[in-house]
Amino acid sequence: MIRFDHVAKRYPTGHEGLSGVDLYLQAGEMAFLTGHSGAGKSTLLKLIGLLERATRGQVWVNERNLNKLRARDIPYHRREVGMIFQDHRLLHDRTVFDNIALPLVVAGMRHAEVRRRVRAAMDKVGLLKKEKVFPITLSGGEQQRVGIARALVSKPPVLLADEPTGNLDPDLSREIMELFLQFNQVGVTLLIATHDVDLVNRLGKRIINLRDGRVATDSGVPG
Amino acid sequence: MARRKRARRFKRRLNPVTWLLRHAQMSLSSLGRLSRNPISTAMTTAVVGIALALPGGLHLLVGNVSELGGSWEGSASISLFLSQGVGDEQADSVRQQIALRDDIAEARLIDRHQALEEFRRLSGFGEAIDLLDQNPLPAVVLVRPGEHAQGKDAVAALARELQEFREIELAQVDLQWVERLGAITGTIERAVLVLAVLLAGAVLLIVGNTIRLEIQNRHDEIEIVKLVGGTDGFIRRPFLYEGIWYGLFGAFIALFLILVSLYLLDGPVQRLAGLYQSDFSLTVIDSASLLGVLLGGPLLGLSGAWLAVGRHLAQIQPE
Repeated sequence: MIRFDHVAKRYPTGHEGLSGVDLYLQAGEMAFLTGHSGAGKSTLLKLIGLLERATRGQVWVNERNLNKLRARDIPYHRREVGMIFQDHRLLHDRTVFDNIALPLVVAGMRHAEVRRRVRAAMDKVGLLKKEKVFPITLSGGEQQRVGIARALVSKPPVLLADEPTGNLDPDLSREIMELFLQFNQVGVTLLIATHDVDLVNRLGKRIINLRDGRVATDSGVPG
Repeated sequence: MARRKRARRFKRRLNPVTWLLRHAQMSLSSLGRLSRNPISTAMTTAVVGIALALPGGLHLLVGNVSELGGSWEGSASISLFLSQGVGDEQADSVRQQIALRDDIAEARLIDRHQALEEFRRLSGFGEAIDLLDQNPLPAVVLVRPGEHAQGKDAVAALARELQEFREIELAQVDLQWVERLGAITGTIERAVLVLAVLLAGAVLLIVGNTIRLEIQNRHDEIEIVKLVGGTDGFIRRPFLYEGIWYGLFGAFIALFLILVSLYLLDGPVQRLAGLYQSDFSLTVIDSASLLGVLLGGPLLGLSGAWLAVGRHLAQIQPE
């Protein structure tokens, strides 16, 4: 599902975000990206979501070579990759419902279908009663759930999360991880960047540790 | 995973009904957005309206005046002043002679007596006239050229021919001031055109700048929409509709301003026309001006928005 071939990313400032990463995630796999800040976790996720392009090597997502994707194809690629952020990235002048509906509206889905799917996504993250509420009135954990619902509402095959529990207390963090495990059970490929090593160790999933822009350890390289 | 080249293609086309529906929703939601900032919207549309009303209204005014000139030019007449010595009977026979010509539609005699009466009545020098022993005014034959002798040159040639009559002292074509009027309106028309181009540029800049600010205000939203897979077209659309709305409302304001101006001008113009014994009055707005303002406004708004969007949207990329 996701493949990195000798991928390097050098920023215009000269900083090297990634230097030679080889990585392969099977469809339906769930993996955690760990490492110190600056190790390249965010850069790696950005390359998958095409927020950045690799300067060397090749990135494959969903059977597509992202290097060869033209600029006008990027939006369509992003519809197949759900992204979750530490700071949620919600629209504060729109209701929870409208926030979650955004990917579907953008894709031109019919109104009735949008309602049905948004409800289902809200149900999944346990926010069903909050649809007319504005995000600012929600707690940090609830806002993150809105972000998660928005990422999964269009049923993308790949879900990326960058420090999704970064601002949450341990209980809420565990709940969010539980959600991710559920998604994984229905076949979604997940790649989650986190520095919460204790939590991910307990989950028993694949852990990819980055150091200085390279893969330092990888707990489960598939054969 | 197998590495297949050019694997699956993205499904990009929407079905036409969805597409249309989306456009309708988008246009209404931009309208809603504008109505949520009534003051700034009103100011922008008012500026657009004034910028459109100026060339639109002036065009209408110039059109009216040149139409007036045109109607006079068509009925250009020649005044034949007869020599002092020509008596009334002789004058009438001159008139008959001239009236028989093919190229004359009508010839009317104002004999010396009538001329005096008219002069006494209109000039205000009646008492001065009474002091004179004899009538100083010549008889005049007013000639309206026939259909063969229309147009400036033909009328002038006719006048030259009539000048050959022994009894005719002077043949004068009453066309010169119509020509001058035509030249003046021509100049003003050109000036209005230049003004229209300048003000169209102003509308582009006004709408473009408003949209630019709007894009800046919605920076975060644009970023997020790009993150969840919004195409450039999708992001561009509400701003383009806003431009169209600004232009359209500006056009309505312009039409209103033009109608009010016409109403205010109509009284004085009729009084002025009355002094020249004309029943000229300003026409209500003609279909060309109406269409020009109603189409030009939205088109300029759209272009202004397009300029702003093209410049600023690409600069916003999610991080």
